[in-house]
Amino acid sequence: MDYFVQQIINGVTLGSIYGLIAIGYTMVFGIIGMVNFAHGDVFMTSAFIALITFLILTTLFGITSIAVSLFIMLITAMLFTSLINWAIERIAYRPLRGSFRLAPLISAIGMSIFLSNFVQVSQGPLNKSIPPIVQGEFVLFRHASYPVTLSYKQVIIWGITAVLLAAFWFLVARTRLGRAQRACEQDQKMAALVGIDVDRTIAATFVIAAALAAVAGTMYVMYYGVVSFADGFVPGVKAFTAAVLGGIGSLPGAVVGGLLIGLIETLWSAYFSIDYKDVAAFSVLAITLIFLPQGLFGRPDVEKV
Amino acid sequence: MTVLANSAGKGGRVEEGAIARDRNRFVAAATDASLTALIAFGLFLPLIGFETVQNINEVLVLRTRWPFLFSLVAIIGAGRLAYVLVVPPWLARRAARPIAAEPPAWRVAVARWFVPCAIGFVVAYPLMVAWALGLRGSLKWIDNFGIQILIYVMLGWGLNIVVGLAGLLDLGYVAFYAVGAYSYALLATHFGLAFWILLPLAGILASFWGILLGFPVLRLRGDYLAIVTLAFGEIIRMVLINWVALTNGYAGISGIPRPSFFGIPFNADDNGFAAVFGLPFSPIYRTIFLYYIIMALALLTCFVTVRLRRLPVGRAWEALREDEIACRSLGINTTNTKLTAFAMGAMFAGFAGSFFAARQSFISPESFTFLESATILSIVVLGGMGSQLGVAIAAIVMIGGTEITRQLDFLKEIFGPTFDPTQYRMLIVGFAMVVIMVWRPRGLITTRAPSVYLKVRKTIAADLVKEGRG
Repeated sequence: MDYFVQQIINGVTLGSIYGLIAIGYTMVFGIIGMVNFAHGDVFMTSAFIALITFLILTTLFGITSIAVSLFIMLITAMLFTSLINWAIERIAYRPLRGSFRLAPLISAIGMSIFLSNFVQVSQGPLNKSIPPIVQGEFVLFRHASYPVTLSYKQVIIWGITAVLLAAFWFLVARTRLGRAQRACEQDQKMAALVGIDVDRTIAATFVIAAALAAVAGTMYVMYYGVVSFADGFVPGVKAFTAAVLGGIGSLPGAVVGGLLIGLIETLWSAYFSIDYKDVAAFSVLAITLIFLPQGLFGRPDVEKV
Repeated sequence: MTVLANSAGKGGRVEEGAIARDRNRFVAAATDASLTALIAFGLFLPLIGFETVQNINEVLVLRTRWPFLFSLVAIIGAGRLAYVLVVPPWLARRAARPIAAEPPAWRVAVARWFVPCAIGFVVAYPLMVAWALGLRGSLKWIDNFGIQILIYVMLGWGLNIVVGLAGLLDLGYVAFYAVGAYSYALLATHFGLAFWILLPLAGILASFWGILLGFPVLRLRGDYLAIVTLAFGEIIRMVLINWVALTNGYAGISGIPRPSFFGIPFNADDNGFAAVFGLPFSPIYRTIFLYYIIMALALLTCFVTVRLRRLPVGRAWEALREDEIACRSLGINTTNTKLTAFAMGAMFAGFAGSFFAARQSFISPESFTFLESATILSIVVLGGMGSQLGVAIAAIVMIGGTEITRQLDFLKEIFGPTFDPTQYRMLIVGFAMVVIMVWRPRGLITTRAPSVYLKVRKTIAADLVKEGRG
């Protein structure tokens, strides 16, 4: 039981990271109907930016305050990653709007290969590890010999995820930009007719998606303390699984799907086999798409002639 | 200024207006270029401005690379300036040019004779190289360029059946390649069966897997299908990694027997190929033999595809690509049509896989990553989906290009001894995929020749065909 509670805590933490990435997939799919294959690598790039910011802060400026450095890491990673994703949209996806269906997907695959190799070439192929930023934990309760703990970094991840999701929900539900996004999602031509700048709205979607991925990347660096250029692909596919499981296009679905994938992966590695944990996540993706293609919260896709 | 230029009625004022317009154009271009440079600076600042390296104590430290960063940004800015000044006027001039009604005679002749000449060249290639460079020097050219490219040509043609003809986007194609390779490796090392027996067997096993994985995904379309096939491909690779008892995991299978020449092995023994034919021993004979095997396999793939397109099943594939609902209303069994496409594509991947295992004599899961699937898919797409010739050209460009980056040793003399061109290989490939998609989203060869026609065979512009709805 204690072991189970501990795994749930770990699973929710991992799930928050997946959920933040999954929002990026689901938003982009909702608005332009493409799988942004490079999103996992955008996440990885943001983790590198956060790591470099951390090194700049500690070695060049000698900042020791954890709160300050985490805050600056978050902001820097969000800014630069947003710029990168904006540029990606501008270069690789916008010229292909209205082209045949597979073109943006192929372009996104190319961008994904480019990003991971760009990081490999510019930062080297080795794993980059930093000393733990946040240490310490709460002991929730202790039965026999096994303490159930909630570490500070898990609390930080939960807290930041919750705050950002609230801010993000406000942005989509209550602001002019959010309304424009929802309008573009329903009908781009009609949205353009009523005076919405569709291109700008789509660019804003990519920027928001990247900012959330950057939050996930910063959390990832803080939680694991290590990142490598190849870390984009598997978390990317898992986050995509989360988006599909929640129902692609649905924002609450992405968060719920992320949490579910995090839990499934953690419990699977805890109780069955850690070697096959990625297989479990990929199988969830295949099973969901085959038996429940609209996901938990999605609308069924009606095929018209 | 435009107002001034337009209203300028006579004499010197026109010239003045033109100069002002030119100056304006330059100012606009300069603004554009500096903005681009600024954005590039922002993009590259974190990852190129700083480099994370481990010091002696294995602690990460930062190194700055300001000169590199600033020169890169300056190059991008200058490039943008040149682009803005040159390309739009050139495009305008080109658009104003009239289009000839009939293609010039030399293009018709090229179109007529290109394919026979290309096949002749492919047949003669190893002999020409061996004659020109000698036996020792030609090994690299036949092996790295010839065989390597032909493997991908074959894989591209195999995937072309699934993606180009049936319009089903398959991102896990390399799984079937892996099935073929492991079938040959395991059956040959454990049961000692010969290459020529296992080659068809590997194809059959791979096509079984194609049907098996095809069944559950029949209802999916487009992007979803792509992602599920990607997931299947990754699952197969992870099973190969983790099922150590069968596959030996990451360590892979080594000592896979090589094919022999009608029972004569390629070795230095008295009954080896060289001794039997009275030639001095050289590893080149095996390489040339392997080259002709893969050439025959690739041509077989092409031939079968071209013939299948004329059969009912091939026509059903193409109809399925164009419109699935219309297909169903015409009474085409879409389940069988999709499954045969998957099975045929997988079978050729199985052939290629068993050839790959026989050629390398060593396989490990590392050879069957998602990157391979992406490379094969990009070959099919860059070639123009459905076009046999386009796929072959794209394979030559992609694989030949990546092999050439391995040969660029002279760059070391320019950029210093630590410069390693091979690590830029995939960087360039990824960027090329984006550029080609933006430049020619329909691939290199966009027109297509319908397999059924009424009176005159005409090619159709790609814009009139919709595809890939899968």
